[in-house]
Amino acid sequence: MTPSPFAERAQAVLMAREAPDARRAAREFVAETSRETAFQLEACVHCGLCAEACHFYLVTRDPRYTPIYKLRPMLDTYRRERAPFSTVTRALGLAPPEVTAAELNEWSELLYDSCNLCGRCTLICPMGIDIAGLVRRAREGMSAAGFAPPDLYAAAERALETGSPMGVRWPALRRQIELQERETGLKVPVDAEGAEYMLVLSSMEIIGFSEIIGALARIFHQAKVSWTIPSAGFEATNVGVQIGSRDVAAALLSRIVDAAERLKVKYVISPECGHAYSALRWEGPNFLGGPYSFKVVQIVELLDQLAREGRLRTRGKDTRRLTFHDPCQIVRRGGLPQAPRRLMNQVSDGFVEMPDSGAASFCCGGGGGVSAIHRAEKLRLAAFDCKKRQVQAVGAEALVTACANCRDVLEEAIEQRAMTLPVLGLTELVAQYLEPD
Amino acid sequence: MDLLEFARGPALWFSLVVMVAGSLWRVVGIYRLGSRPDLSEPRSTRLLAGAMRGIFRRMIPRKEFRRTGRLGAFNAYLYHIGLAVIVFGYLPHIRFIGRLTGLAWPPLPAPVVYFAVGLTFVSFFLALMERLTDPVLRLLSGFDDYFSWFVVFLPLATGMIAINQSYAPGAAPAPPLDPRPLAIHLLSVELLFVWLPFGKLAHAFLVFISRGVTGAALARKGAAI
Repeated sequence: MTPSPFAERAQAVLMAREAPDARRAAREFVAETSRETAFQLEACVHCGLCAEACHFYLVTRDPRYTPIYKLRPMLDTYRRERAPFSTVTRALGLAPPEVTAAELNEWSELLYDSCNLCGRCTLICPMGIDIAGLVRRAREGMSAAGFAPPDLYAAAERALETGSPMGVRWPALRRQIELQERETGLKVPVDAEGAEYMLVLSSMEIIGFSEIIGALARIFHQAKVSWTIPSAGFEATNVGVQIGSRDVAAALLSRIVDAAERLKVKYVISPECGHAYSALRWEGPNFLGGPYSFKVVQIVELLDQLAREGRLRTRGKDTRRLTFHDPCQIVRRGGLPQAPRRLMNQVSDGFVEMPDSGAASFCCGGGGGVSAIHRAEKLRLAAFDCKKRQVQAVGAEALVTACANCRDVLEEAIEQRAMTLPVLGLTELVAQYLEPD
Repeated sequence: MDLLEFARGPALWFSLVVMVAGSLWRVVGIYRLGSRPDLSEPRSTRLLAGAMRGIFRRMIPRKEFRRTGRLGAFNAYLYHIGLAVIVFGYLPHIRFIGRLTGLAWPPLPAPVVYFAVGLTFVSFFLALMERLTDPVLRLLSGFDDYFSWFVVFLPLATGMIAINQSYAPGAAPAPPLDPRPLAIHLLSVELLFVWLPFGKLAHAFLVFISRGVTGAALARKGAAI
């Protein structure tokens, strides 16, 4: 792997798990409370409405899963150390006590296992508190101090060492590319310097849904898109944003940036992966300390653009009753609610919306790193019941989505719930109806 | 100086100074924490419009969340509107505000205000009952929640006692024949003023900042507000 100036700090985060330190967590919580964060933390009126938006609360009715409650260690630390009246309240003995290791160990489940960072709670909050954004910040303190789930530390370690949280290296991707080249008869450009677009992929796509490479080869061939895949820096998955470590995230992102700069591309395509988009598009420049030399475009956004320009042409439509599962980080939090719907309507005659679809849709249950936390499996599968009710309400014959992690999580949950419902990737569905050459 | 003179004089000014200075301290204290610039390329630069959308949109729950069945979601409208009617619609209150600010406006008919008092009274008890019995609210609640409830409820209760005071001919600002209920009512309002900047009642002004900040940040991404 290319050495990165962020790698050393990322390694320090991994070391934290060896000796969890509550005081370090408190320092990080304080460091994370900027003006914007503090205005939100201070505005809570304890109305409890956020519980009604959280699928973990809705399926368990456990009040500890109330989203704002998950922020208590961070809020108490802020009130003790940094709030406007903290000097006075500390002097009077009225400040909250210091956070303890026992408390943070308990909150590890609340901040990780039972939060997908999906942002549904943010949407319901009458005070305008971005609770999901604050949980993301609280995770900075948890990970830096050694209180993140062991599975996420292990995934981060693998990602830093091999480039992928699932240990996927270039030879594995090369084999998948070769397979797709044979399937499609098209050449997939690798390390093509000067290409306009550079595609990065998630490990889940490479391992589980590699047909997407062939699908994109066919789409880009038709649309005459100049594109390439880098042999180094191809991994889009960013476990750094899941564990909540800007240092880990920056170390991983810097590999993509290095590849994009090496290949002199104008755009980097964020693949069908919600949190990868969030990491690359929104958080990356802040982690790396400046804007990119390229633009980031989400694959759904690009396909929609190509379709609207008439470069992506389809023929025929799927006649099944299809519905679309909104990946939270692409639709609700990513600002792309319409692009997938336009694509769905282009290739489907039977596209139906689930109740509360779009911005307020339920998460699959596996986002925000939850699908990588083994101890959270039972809770994650239980949380799927909210999604299940949405899906069953429209009697869909197939579920389409634009996130490989959602797809994997949904497939597992559907099987576990003894449902029979295929889950399709949107890009592959579009490619299936491409107008023949 | 009798109790009413004290309530109308030094106590009132003290409480107003604490409320204004405390609120400023809280807002400026938070503002001084500083901010990290967002270096990502914005999808929209209409941040002020996003902030305004954030402020106004969240006054009414999205349709997807209207079926929560949580009492507080609807009850909160009742006591907020009720309090607004009482504070800004009742003639003695308008005169009180007029003496402080020089502003005046026509009052609502007294029966409308009395009806609002009754509704707000019931609404307040429902809010307290829900906070004491609902597992989520009980878990979230602490001293601030109960004390803030108390300091808002107290002026309502003391105001109800002061409503039917007999006044000597000439009307306000002449003192009522028995000045104690009015003095106690005023002191209870002043307790509210003093507490407002320090607890959750500060949401009276923080709500707009929080909604605005989040609205602008979400608008920047084109995300749902």
